[in-house]
This record gives sequence, structure tokens and C-alpha cells, in this order.
Amino acid sequence: MTTTVGDQDRQSATNAAIERSAAYYRLKADVEDFYYHEADLLDDRRFRDWLELLTEDVSYFMPIRRNVKFGQQVARENTKRGEGISWFDEDKWTLTKRVEQILTGVHYAEEPLSRITHMVSNVQIKEARPDIGTARELDVTSRFLVYQNRVEYETYIFVGRRNDTLRLTDTGWKIARREILLEQNILLAKNLTTFF
Amino acid sequence: MPLRNDFDQLVDVKGGFISREIFVDADIYRQELDKVFTRAWLLVGHESLVPNPGDFYTSRMGEESVILCRDKKGEIHVFLNSCRHRGMKVCRYEQGNTSLFTCPYHSWTYTTDGKLQGVPLHRTLYDGVLDREANSLVSVAKLCNYKGSIWATWDKDAPDFLTYLGDAKIHLDQALDCRDGREGGSEVIGVHKWVFPANWKFAAENFLGDTYHNPSHRSVDLIGIGPSAAAGKKGRRDDELEKAEHVWISFPAGHGVHSAIQPEANEYTESFLDNPILEKYFRHCFEERKRRLGEGARLLPFVGTIFPNTSYHGRQPRGLCAWHPHSPTSTEGWRFFLVDKDAPKEAKEYLRRYYMRYSGPAGMTEQDDMENWLYATAASTGTVARRYPFNYQQSMGAYVTDHPLGGDVSKQVTEQIARGFYRRWTTYMQGGDWHELLGSPAGNRQAAE
Ligand code: FES
Ligand SMILES: [Fe+2]
Repeated sequence: MTTTVGDQDRQSATNAAIERSAAYYRLKADVEDFYYHEADLLDDRRFRDWLELLTEDVSYFMPIRRNVKFGQQVARENTKRGEGISWFDEDKWTLTKRVEQILTGVHYAEEPLSRITHMVSNVQIKEARPDIGTARELDVTSRFLVYQNRVEYETYIFVGRRNDTLRLTDTGWKIARREILLEQNILLAKNLTTFF
Repeated sequence: MPLRNDFDQLVDVKGGFISREIFVDADIYRQELDKVFTRAWLLVGHESLVPNPGDFYTSRMGEESVILCRDKKGEIHVFLNSCRHRGMKVCRYEQGNTSLFTCPYHSWTYTTDGKLQGVPLHRTLYDGVLDREANSLVSVAKLCNYKGSIWATWDKDAPDFLTYLGDAKIHLDQALDCRDGREGGSEVIGVHKWVFPANWKFAAENFLGDTYHNPSHRSVDLIGIGPSAAAGKKGRRDDELEKAEHVWISFPAGHGVHSAIQPEANEYTESFLDNPILEKYFRHCFEERKRRLGEGARLLPFVGTIFPNTSYHGRQPRGLCAWHPHSPTSTEGWRFFLVDKDAPKEAKEYLRRYYMRYSGPAGMTEQDDMENWLYATAASTGTVARRYPFNYQQSMGAYVTDHPLGGDVSKQVTEQIARGFYRRWTTYMQGGDWHELLGSPAGNRQAAE
């Protein structure tokens, strides 16, 4: 992939606004539509189709969030992609394994399947490459609210942000890089069996 | 509150029945915190979490928050994370470096060796009354740095940690020692913390050597997530123990392990089929370990639980778990992931990825464990359910007591380890002395048979 920006740089870049032109809003509508489609695939349990939305070199990352002293947030609050232990720091092979596991029908943590709804909001394009009119690659931030209900009484609400890099391919936009910032320190759920 | 004798009825190791009450009852839970968790040795953390003077890491012992801290002189301490004035948590950061812990409430300050230092307006308000020394942070009674892992107990009469470990030592060693057989040398590369709605003993018992629950992991075994899975191998780990003789051991102090003894012709099992660098490294470790340990290298660990709530995974994946009680039906799981500190970068990179896909709430294997622990707990809270004890009759009597590894050694999957664990749990709940808690071998056998 062409991007070399780290997750931290990306976060600090979130306030640098692109000009709100007609081209921006057209592209934003495209991206929102893409996210709604993605949410449909996941919530309709079309997991293999969801995998199709990921580039072959996708990096899918959910850090563990830590309680740190003021001033250390940028350097130390989140575990880092590519080192140590996070909730997820995965490639397409592992994500494919996760899908295969659910499809065995004996992955008891998802059997019977959970009822899950993905809500996506606050979509903003932070950077378009090479430019907004002819963009082939985008950095996009958004918020998610994922509701999971399992068996009878088990209910979890996962809320957070996503920092994505989307890439335009022959078959439309695909996710090349995703950072998922769940707003929790100790995970307040027994499992993370859903995709974000 | 259950009486002393009640525990003998609740835990019937002779008949192989254990009441569900001990997994769901609130009174019993309160007593556990008092009688088990203030006496037994508990895992607090690892020295690699606090490498430098002034480093601290907040941890837990039972339900309570503690601070693992290395003082200015380099000595490690464990303190209750609660101010002596009005109880405020003096440290709400997970990890860091400091010269003082400043209480946010009224600003008392404590040094890194736990001493009360600053008391605002001391001269006007407390002069001649407040004894600083007596108001230090509450320290654990005993602490042990065992091969880098930090353990502590609140009981000043507790035996030293190695006595407490007994013959379980060489099994735990396998998780803590280098892959090439050198002693110690591990580091923590990350920690999972999560809360799940199950009694803590389900997790502890799972790692005691409940190999019988293997079928619940069928989904990962079908798809393959092990070291050589990308090269097409099935299973959730590469089976280096395929030719080994498996042993399940119950130790008198309540610990239990599932380990394996490699055949005399102890040969390296090909693994990491898609990665020649790793293959070479792990083959080297295997040969080197064999050279260093000789016959001893044939013993390989699988899993184990050090009574009451510390578990380990010895090889694939490798780490230490603490199952912190939260409520009768809720547990906070902590997993410290271990690698050899001086392992090559490729090996660490590989291992951390394997750990993440295997372990914890996002791990493909352990998600299914959590599902089981939750619904086993939930389906045991009912009035009627509580009348029917759990069955622990598996492999009754199928063990030997004269095996060189010590303890009750079984060559088949067995609940003897669980029976031993709950027998010892009963001794704690009855307020036994340390002689009884460590379990005199003769006394044990009578009770278990
Ligand atoms: S509670 Fe800590 S200073 Fe008052
Ligand atoms: Fe398991």
C-alpha cells in the first residue's frame, strides 16, 4: 500500500479538514453507502461476502486502551499495531479463519449466532489521494455502535471510532487498513466474536 | 453461613459429587475471599512490567486492587491500592514511573516503598498524633519473585513460595524458563483483561487439566489456527506431543497439571512449516534444551493451575492467567503473555500473532471456553439446579502415588485433579492450618479414595 502514516499520526491529523467541496460530499456519500453495505453484510451474516470488502493486504487492528497519566495519551494510551498484544492485530488470513470458524456451526461462542446491529456515523474523509476529484485512496474516520444480543439475556454494546484507509479497486472501495478504538479499558464483554 | 461441616457435605470427593452452591452462593463467595484469597499465594505480575526504579503496575489480588512497584533502590513491593486516610485509590494508572503516589482526595503522598511521606498541614492538624510509619500503604505479608513472575500472600504464616509450589514447581518452570532450557528469562509482551459472567473456579478448573473438554474446541481444530496452519495443517496447535505419554497430576497443595513426557528417542517435531526461520530457531531451542536438561527435557508442560486462581499455558500459546473473583457469578480474567526476552524478532512477532488468535476474549479457541463457563454458571443458579451436585466421578481411583513426578499421577484423562483441588479448597474454607493446607500425602490419599 502507498500509505506510510502511522496510527498516531493519523489520529493527530483528524482535525486537518479537507475543503468541503461538491466533490467531497459526493465522495462522502459513496463512502457512507459503502459502510452501510458493509454493516448489512455483517448483520445479515454474509461473512464471506464481507471478506470480499477487504484488500488482500488488509491490516485490521483493535488496540487495548490503557489508563495513563495526562500527557501520555498519544504515546502510551493505546497498544500499538505490529507490536505486543492487542485485541486484534490481524491480516486477511486470520480474519478468513474467523469467518471459517463461525461457518463450522460448532463455534459455540457464535452458535447459535448472535443478533448484531452495526451503526456507523460521523463519517469524515480526512485525506484523499491523489486528490478529492480522482481519489484512489482515502483516509476516513467514523464512529460505530455495535449492539450484540446473544442467546437470551446476554447483551453487549460496543462503542468507539474507526480510522480506515479505503482503496478503490475494479470492484469498488475496499478496506485496506482499519483501526478500531473501542472505548473501554478492561473489556466489559466475555468475548469479541463480532467484526467491527 | 455454611458451617465447617457443611463443606464436607458440599464437597464430596469420595463419592465424586460437588454441590453447585460453591459456584453460585453469595455467602460462600464472601467466605472464599476471606479464607482462600487472603491466605494462598496469588500471582500479581511479572518483573518485566516494572523494569526500572520507580516503575509501577497496578494489579489485583482477589477482588482488591494492588500496586506492584519497584522502589528507588530497585526492590519490588506489592501494596494495597487504597489510601490509609479515607481509602481513595492512590493509583488509577495502569502502569508508569513515579517517585511518589499522590492520593487525589486529600493529597497524602506515599513513596515507592510505601511509606507515608507528605501529609498536608501536618504540623497544625496531626502533630504528635499521626504515626507516619504506622500509616504506610498496606503491604502484602510475603512476596516472591519466582523466575520473573511475582507472587504474594497476605498471610504472614504462609510457607515460602517454593514450599507452597511443592512438586508442581518443575511444571510451572516449563512456562517460565527459556525455550532452550535456560532458567527464567521470560518477559511479558502484553496483558489481556476482561470480565466474564462465570464463577472463577470454572476457569481455574479448566486449566487444572480438564482435557476432557477438548470437543468444545472442535471449530478451531477443524479450521486449523496452529503454528503450521497457514501451511495447511489442521488443529489449534502443532502437535509436538503426539508421541508423548500424557500425565495428569494432582498435587497435595491443590495444584494440578496436565503435562507430557516425550518418548526416550526425544526428537524434534516439525512445526512452522511455512516459516524456515522459525523452524530453524525452534529446532535449535529444542536441541539446546535437550542438551542442557538431558532426561529432564522429556517433560513438557501443557496446562496447569497453581491453587487457587493462577493458570498457565506452557508452550502453545504461552502465558500466565490470573482469574480474579468479581462476584459469585463474575470473574475478571488477566492473561500475561510470555516470550523469551532474547528470542529473535521473527519469533516474537510470530508468537504474539498466534497468542492473539488463540487466547482470551478475541481468541478463537478460548471464546468457546468462555461460552461454556458462562452458561454452566448461569444454569446452576436455580433453586432446583442447586439441589443437584456436579458429577466429578471421572477416572475414580485411576492414579498412582509412587510416580517420580510426585502427587497423584494419572495416565488417563481424570477428574482426580479437580477432586484434589476442591478437597484443598475445603481445607481453606474450614480454616485449616498450613500443615493441612499443604496436604500431608498420607492424609490426602485417605480423603480422596
Ligand atoms: S483519602 Fe487519601 S488523603 Fe484522604
Ligand atoms: Fe479450552
